[in-house]
Amino acid sequence: MDLKPNEKLDIENILKDLDKYRPRRRGWTWREGIGEKRRMGKFEYYDTSKPLKDSQPLPAAKYFNNIDPQPKSIITTEIASGRFEDDIRRMRMAAWHGADHLMVIRTAGQSHYDGLIEGTPQGIGGIPITRKQVRAQRKALDIIEDEVGRPINYHSYVSGVAGPEIAVMFAEEGVNGAHQDPQYNVLYRNINMVRSFVDAASAKKTMAWANIAQIDGAHNANATAREAWKVMPELMVQHAINSMFSVKVGMKKENICLSTVPPTAPPAPCMRLDLPYAVALRELFAEYKMRAQMNTKYMESSAREATVTHVLNLLISQMTRAEIQSTITPDEGRNVPWHIYNIEAVDTAKQAFAGMDGLTEMLEIKRDHGELAETVRELKERAILFMEEILEVGGYFKAVEEGFFVDSGYYPERNGDGISRKSDGGIGVGTVYERDRDYMAPVTAHFGYNNIEQYDKDAVDNPSKLIGGSTFEDSDKIVYIDELDENDNVYLRLEETKELRNTSKLRPEMEWLGDGIILITLFLPAEERVAEFAALEIGKKLGLEDVEVIHREIMQEAEGTRIELKGRVGFTIDIDDLVIPPKPEVLTEDEIREDIDNNPMTVVAATVGEDEHSVGLREIIDIKHGGIEKYGIESNYLGTSVPVEKLVDAAIEINADAILASTIISHDDIHYKNMKKLHELCVEKGIRDKIILAAGGTQVSNELAVKNGMDAGFGRGSNGDQVATFLVKRRREMKNED
Amino acid sequence: MKREDDFKERRKHLASLSEAELEQRFWELAEKIVDPLIELSEKNTTPSIERSVLLRMGFSSLEAQSIVEGIIDRGLLGKGAGHIVYRLAMDKNMEIRDAGLKLVDGEMWDDVVKIFQGGEK
Repeated sequence: MDLKPNEKLDIENILKDLDKYRPRRRGWTWREGIGEKRRMGKFEYYDTSKPLKDSQPLPAAKYFNNIDPQPKSIITTEIASGRFEDDIRRMRMAAWHGADHLMVIRTAGQSHYDGLIEGTPQGIGGIPITRKQVRAQRKALDIIEDEVGRPINYHSYVSGVAGPEIAVMFAEEGVNGAHQDPQYNVLYRNINMVRSFVDAASAKKTMAWANIAQIDGAHNANATAREAWKVMPELMVQHAINSMFSVKVGMKKENICLSTVPPTAPPAPCMRLDLPYAVALRELFAEYKMRAQMNTKYMESSAREATVTHVLNLLISQMTRAEIQSTITPDEGRNVPWHIYNIEAVDTAKQAFAGMDGLTEMLEIKRDHGELAETVRELKERAILFMEEILEVGGYFKAVEEGFFVDSGYYPERNGDGISRKSDGGIGVGTVYERDRDYMAPVTAHFGYNNIEQYDKDAVDNPSKLIGGSTFEDSDKIVYIDELDENDNVYLRLEETKELRNTSKLRPEMEWLGDGIILITLFLPAEERVAEFAALEIGKKLGLEDVEVIHREIMQEAEGTRIELKGRVGFTIDIDDLVIPPKPEVLTEDEIREDIDNNPMTVVAATVGEDEHSVGLREIIDIKHGGIEKYGIESNYLGTSVPVEKLVDAAIEINADAILASTIISHDDIHYKNMKKLHELCVEKGIRDKIILAAGGTQVSNELAVKNGMDAGFGRGSNGDQVATFLVKRRREMKNED
Repeated sequence: MKREDDFKERRKHLASLSEAELEQRFWELAEKIVDPLIELSEKNTTPSIERSVLLRMGFSSLEAQSIVEGIIDRGLLGKGAGHIVYRLAMDKNMEIRDAGLKLVDGEMWDDVVKIFQGGEK
């Protein structure tokens, strides 16, 4: 299914024939074209990957031939709106900005759900991961990856008490990456540890078969510990346990990715703490991949502050390595991420990496002496001591019981505040069963003891031979369940938003189609608490519903507070009722320049009448402000309050191609009267057919300017590019008229 | 447990190791921690693992849930859920899926118990 850039994704089409959909591939895909230098626009890049077929470049790309260099790292964005049908649209936007690892967060509580969830129920802080939702999203990503021209990895979670089943479903449905780490279940979900590890081995074996990239859960220790930078030795131990366990189950090291976060953030001197840790980790785990996450631990509601921390995190990735660069939306400190912030976070990574391209050609880490070298060694030693003590107390389970993990002490320091779990406690306790001697499972990718021999010695290496192939060999055996809950499913939700999908009605949104949420930034000259309550009142007076202050920042205690306010609008706009003037046409810089080089152009310009305003015209003319001078147009600026006669005389004297008249004062339509006068004077002097006349000002409209004898009028928001474009095009027209 | 940072004392036996040797030791210790966990996983199973086997044999999540519950009730999970469905189908000369669906419907459980002798090893 081909999708045009200006065409919306059609959710109904994605849901159609979903029972027959099959994924086009299994397993993870890395970016192509890494490790080669690449010419893009006017520059040579050192650290990029193959460019996209179609993409949305950074805003400033317009100054650089609209290039959109793609970093060498896979870029992740995490999506968690709770409605998969809305997530799909966000995925497309993210892919256009450069994300190729789309991670779908699970709904709250799914890790305690003993079995697979089916259908399309709405989630909280994520979606219930079901076969139907996974299939619909993978199908949508097939369309999107064709559009941008790069494979997109789809990712979710294989954790909780249904890990093995979810892993099988993911393998069947072409999911490309997954979180899997039994320690996460144990420490943060209080799932019984014996059950967690037994389940994990089975799930990992399936993931290994399907070539699914694995991300571990160690970074959660960082987000949980009171002083995040002190758990660094433990983080390395957690990574090692999950990595080694995975390798022993049969996973390839190249598919094992460590979820690692720079532990701290400013105002802490974070680079000095985080960089040695990043170096130590990458050395210890040289054969494994790094999935660099951004810091969430020290995030407040300021999107600006979060972005700065995240850029520092990216500097660490650039100076060390990160095969996968995850991004955290800068609004995560205040709400479930909104569309626009997923895009901001992806752009933050893309922008920072482009800016730091080739940095390691010039800078290198002082690895062998000084503070970093000492810290790297010390971290490794502390991690080793941690593992020695795990073995001393009797192994992993004993260590967890004794609260070794997520203790806020800098190991071997212990503060006695670690998370302790019992091996005979937690969710799912008593659900582990010993396999009998005749235990058997006639399927592919099954981990552990499996007595196939008793039925067929020849099937030992291929147990599914006993049943003529499992779903992994024959996808027609998969049983697809559509919906189970007639009161909570995608069709009901689509019915509710029908008016916004198939008509000319439009409403703002942040997460879901038609949610009506808007964000307002304001400054109030009042102290924080007064400002907050005043802002709520302002929101109500504006007619917003569910008004909430989501960010407040003191500028100065007495002088005022910055507030960010969200609220909901209940109305829709009908786009058919809008009067939209045609978009001003702008020639490219090169085109305008070439024209002026070949045929030099001279203009005279002034603010006419009794009018002392000069700022607007100077913006249009001055090279400093991106005005027409930058194209080589010779501009004779006569000043302010210039009589129309003087302007025309000057134009005749220097044989100018055009007169630019600025007129700001609009009282009694004086601006239009002056335009008319200018036109008539030129006619009188016999130059009107040889000269271009343009007028500008905040109250000027093109239509009325033309009516009053001008060739064009430029209103509020006009710029030098538009004026230069007009001058060049109008001069060409006049030549043709001759 | 609370403990002061005794790193300087505790690290003495590591002081003479090169960094390469430290890294080697790190991975040896990781293996020692993980080996018993692997062994445990090889020898045991869980309801989720057994449901994942049934999924791969062509049953839906709901069917798998029902079959595994029936097996646990009869103390037979140690045989393997896939094994039970497979064996029932073989002994009764049925298609695998048909045999499983009988169990979902609450039928043929007596046959299962008879085949596996009440779950005794």
